[in-house]
Amino acid sequence: MAVRREGAPIRNFSIIAHIDHGKSTLSDRILELTGAVEERSMRAQYLDSMELERERGITIKAQNVRVGWRAHTLHLIDTPGHVDFGYEVSRSLAACEGVVLLVDAAQGIEAQTLANCYLALESDLTIVPVLNKIDLPAAEPDLYASEIERVLGIDSSEVLAISAKTGEGVEALLDAIIERIPPPDGDPHAPLQALIFDSHFDQYRGVVSSVRVMNGRLCAGDRLRFMHAGGLHLSEEVGLRLPAVTPTDALGPGEVGYLIAGIKDVAEARSGETVTSAAAPADVPLAGYDDPKPMVFCGLYPVEGDEYPDLREALAKLRLNDASVTFEPETSGALGFGFRCGFLGLLHMEIVRERLEREFGLSLIATAPSVAYRVRTDDDEEMQVDNPSDLPPAGQIAEIAEPMLTVSVLTPSTYTGAVMDLCQSRRGSMTSMDYLSPERVEIRYELPLAEVVTDFFDQLKSRTQGYASLDYDHAGYRAERLVRVDILLNSEPVDAFSAICHRDGAYPYGKAITAKLAELIPRQLFDVPIQAAIGGRIIARETVKAKRKDVLSKCYGGDITRKRKLLERQKEGKKRMKAIGRVEVPNEAFVSALRLDQ
Amino acid sequence: MTDTGGTSPPFGVYCHVPFCTHRCDYCAFATWTDRSHLIGDYMASCRQQARELAAGMPPVTSVFFGGGTPNLVQPSLLGDVLAELPLARGAEITVECNPDLVTPEQMQAYRALGVNRISLGVQSAVPHVLDALGRRHDPPMVAGAVDAVRLAGIGQLNLDLIYGSPAESLPDWERTLVEAVDLGPDHLSAYGLTPEPGTPLGDDPSRHPDEDEMADKYLLADERLAGAGYETYEISNWARPGAQCRHNLLYWQQGAYAGIGCAAHSHRDGRRFWSVRTPERFIAAISADASPVAGSEELGPDERRAEALQLALRTSDGVPADAVPDDVVHLLEPAGGGRLKLTARGRLLANEVAVRLGLPSEQ
Repeated sequence: MAVRREGAPIRNFSIIAHIDHGKSTLSDRILELTGAVEERSMRAQYLDSMELERERGITIKAQNVRVGWRAHTLHLIDTPGHVDFGYEVSRSLAACEGVVLLVDAAQGIEAQTLANCYLALESDLTIVPVLNKIDLPAAEPDLYASEIERVLGIDSSEVLAISAKTGEGVEALLDAIIERIPPPDGDPHAPLQALIFDSHFDQYRGVVSSVRVMNGRLCAGDRLRFMHAGGLHLSEEVGLRLPAVTPTDALGPGEVGYLIAGIKDVAEARSGETVTSAAAPADVPLAGYDDPKPMVFCGLYPVEGDEYPDLREALAKLRLNDASVTFEPETSGALGFGFRCGFLGLLHMEIVRERLEREFGLSLIATAPSVAYRVRTDDDEEMQVDNPSDLPPAGQIAEIAEPMLTVSVLTPSTYTGAVMDLCQSRRGSMTSMDYLSPERVEIRYELPLAEVVTDFFDQLKSRTQGYASLDYDHAGYRAERLVRVDILLNSEPVDAFSAICHRDGAYPYGKAITAKLAELIPRQLFDVPIQAAIGGRIIARETVKAKRKDVLSKCYGGDITRKRKLLERQKEGKKRMKAIGRVEVPNEAFVSALRLDQ
Repeated sequence: MTDTGGTSPPFGVYCHVPFCTHRCDYCAFATWTDRSHLIGDYMASCRQQARELAAGMPPVTSVFFGGGTPNLVQPSLLGDVLAELPLARGAEITVECNPDLVTPEQMQAYRALGVNRISLGVQSAVPHVLDALGRRHDPPMVAGAVDAVRLAGIGQLNLDLIYGSPAESLPDWERTLVEAVDLGPDHLSAYGLTPEPGTPLGDDPSRHPDEDEMADKYLLADERLAGAGYETYEISNWARPGAQCRHNLLYWQQGAYAGIGCAAHSHRDGRRFWSVRTPERFIAAISADASPVAGSEELGPDERRAEALQLALRTSDGVPADAVPDDVVHLLEPAGGGRLKLTARGRLLANEVAVRLGLPSEQ
């Protein structure tokens, strides 16, 4: 059992690693070596507690744990492991003085890891580079140590080699953390400034926040001011994660722990928030706070219309734990009542949707993901449009601008052509190409976000056999020739299928979705034209020919009962259809037509 | 024979003969090719059941021996069942026959028992279509069977046809229709091939019929048969005037009938019930003096009225006009008396119309 070392020198660090490079295994090994968790109670990947995280092998919510090593107190601050959560990463890094850069010795550094490393360098954090999995036969520690030297300018002799799996080199790593990472500074007598770098909602305790004290002391029982959200709250409990939750009376400068302050909504205690004392407040909050803005939007609708109240409740509950999700009621002519939801990125969207279905037992239809466009109308009015249905008629639009990304792809150089083809086909323009080594290249592109939120990542992975990695950063807006493509079913527009796309992409989109709908919509009693249109102009058309035969031929041995039941079943089936004008569309058709991975 | 006096309502008896020499690829009904050793016991059980049920029966206006292959068993065994029933004067008595088992002697024996209607399972006049259906007889056998029926003096003849096999071209089907009409039957049934799960046909999607082709074939049948003087009186049935199958009409008119044998269905006053599926269980139940009923359902008044409408929709009687919603009314035409009946195209979409019917206002 780790004991609290009052007054012991402190080291605060994060582990930066690509998915699968062994961060969780290393965390587990550190907990074991320092005696924080006894071996027999070890659950593999102790820190990844959310079911979904364990399944996907990624960390969504940051955790932290305090351990002791050679008379020092170490705070291991976990960072979220996905590109959608870049802001959260930056706040976690703000709680540290150093990072362990963990790189798979058989794969080398990946794009997002590199991006996070740059982030750490910009924040003047000390980097302790580590090559992991040296027990693997495919490990090439020398090659990748020199890659680290070339890319990050860290002498390759400083790169440690470990196997988190076997434990080899992990003690030396802990020693290096103490030697190389500077202790935190901070004034215990200054007004309190504590950084919140993660909050989650606990149904018994309310919001539990992870905090790092920068200056002053955070004490149980104090009245606190949350400087950005503006709330005043009573500090109900402060404590440490050893990793077992352990209340304490105060946290001093450099210390990391948790805070419970009777807050019911994580939006009141967001990552990046500065907590100060209500009685003797600090003059200014800590730098770096940002209001995370949703970048990707979609409509979420219950498959069964009567689950709408359940969906509302589920979203409200989910938001208690994830303030970056936004939602507001929306009505679709095709799908009925639902919500327009905003997400940090595509993975975030998928996670939220999956959680809604899994944790709340809902069955949902998600409309095609959209980004937020900036529209200037002819009478010089500016608006933001994240739902294609809200776009003004083409005749009234002076300009539409779309959000852009700078995208960085790290790939073995053999796939350079494949990556460039993909980026070109997504309206990308290359900004730079740098060789990290003769075998590996970093390619940078400017790409519209809308082109990345569809299936860019999947395409990238499949075209590079999984070797390429991706990072992105937001890069403002750019005016483009964008149009709304409407889909008409029997001449009625179906709002759920409308999409804003580049003029050059309108025809392929229209053709693809009309063809798909023609497959999915069952034949009706009349011909059903399925059209894609820009404004009044039809750009693609398919027809579902009228059904000609639907009749039961005979009855065997006087079995009228079976005939009647077949008709009853057919009648029931009609109830699971949504009527778009006169056309009956099965719910499954919406689900399939709107599925992302097509 | 009992005289119905022309006033009592029709009452039918269906007797199921579940034995076959060969199972057709599309058949999902209760039939067996390996139980011929049961025939004696089975038919004796049918006779006993007929005797027990006869006491509660009104005069029987139609009897239908169906299968399976009823002409696989000795005619006298069918006669034993008939002898137990209180037949009305002029009752329609049909035996379903497989053409390749028909002999002149067999037909003469039927005639002697009072059988006055033979239904032949012709299916197709085209050898490669018969192959594709998994049928064994050759077309020439059909002509011989028809001659045998006629020679025996059995007055009514039906030919059963099946259309829709992907192996069957539209000209193939036309040839079947022409040859069937040339045989001069009084009645023709044309059934669309239906892939039933669990049958060799059902399990082989490459042999499933194309719905549009089926529609074309149905319309061709309707046109050809009408041109030859046959009137459609139910979706799959055409007859010369006066030669409608009374037993068949009972089903569509929500009439009363008793089922004899395994897997046979019965209907009396809104109660529908059916017997155990296998011949073994049927024989066991009858010999143990137990009920062979395997299941039943009782329809409420509204359900009965809805069912009556759905069944009547299939016939040329049609349904009251106010039961038909606007979105399908183009599929029907006047049938007289404020009723509408399905057009030929409408008959092809009978299910779509049936599920949309509303209960008409009370008269």
